[in-house]
Amino acid sequence: MAHESIDLPGVSHARLRTYVVGFALSIVLTIIPFGLVVFGLDRFPHTAILTVIALAAIVQIVVQLHYFLHLDRTSDQSWNLLAIVFTVLIIAIMLLGTLWIMFDLHARMM
Amino acid sequence: MMSAALTRDTDQTAAHHAQAVSNSVFGFWVYVMSDAILFAILFATFAVLRHNYAGGPTGATLFDLPKVFGETLLLLTSSVTYGLAVLAMNRKNRIQVLGWLLITFLLGLGFIGMEVSEFQRMILTGAGPDRSGFLSAFFTLVGTHGLHVSFGLIGMLVMMVQVMHKGLTVPVQSRLIRLSMFWHFLDIVWIGVFSVVYLMGVM
Repeated sequence: MAHESIDLPGVSHARLRTYVVGFALSIVLTIIPFGLVVFGLDRFPHTAILTVIALAAIVQIVVQLHYFLHLDRTSDQSWNLLAIVFTVLIIAIMLLGTLWIMFDLHARMM
Repeated sequence: MMSAALTRDTDQTAAHHAQAVSNSVFGFWVYVMSDAILFAILFATFAVLRHNYAGGPTGATLFDLPKVFGETLLLLTSSVTYGLAVLAMNRKNRIQVLGWLLITFLLGLGFIGMEVSEFQRMILTGAGPDRSGFLSAFFTLVGTHGLHVSFGLIGMLVMMVQVMHKGLTVPVQSRLIRLSMFWHFLDIVWIGVFSVVYLMGVM
């Protein structure tokens, strides 16, 4: 029982390199939006900054899912992938639906 | 004959263990996904209430971005050091697993410490969750994340004790893997928090 090895999908594929690359990418994707807000608020249009913040966040989420949680399109990850695709769908419906209804209501109450 | 049968038996046991661990890891993944939906709703609530200041303080006056950047670095680094604990686990290096878990724990504790002092400063200056809709949503969202991180820290303490006393048995490895998923997930939620709450909040 003790000290048996388990060959798990994802975990056994983990390599030092993937964590280092994921860390480096995450640092860059954190510094860009923070730098823009701290130093660039007077220099750039706010819609551009908001777009960069949103894009950097989405890319960093994908980076961490791939490099830290080892999510990819290999067959042993297919159920995990299916679950997250379904979750993203549910989140999109609830998030966009909430914002749509509440901001519409806000506009009508003005 | 005898040894061949034995080998087949251990192979089957190992395969059985791998299957059981694989199932529980997938089950935990489904839990993480349901937790993601919970956070998405808190984000939606925050997005709706983010300008309801009720004459109270705004994000621009309350948030200290250099500190938030520090918190982000602590949590991000702790995510990587947990990954290194998993690598050490794959190498069956018990001491290194303990070492990386301890470093991860301390980084996470630093994050929680900074967050608690931020909350304390806000509440003491009259910017508590009862001040405005914006602050209610802020404390609910960021507080729920902080609570998750705190439970992750408790999980790490439990796992350090288990690694010390039980060694890297199959159930212990399985728990370490599930805690790593939880921890990486909390770092992913934090990306949303610093982007939506703090960065967009000071603009």
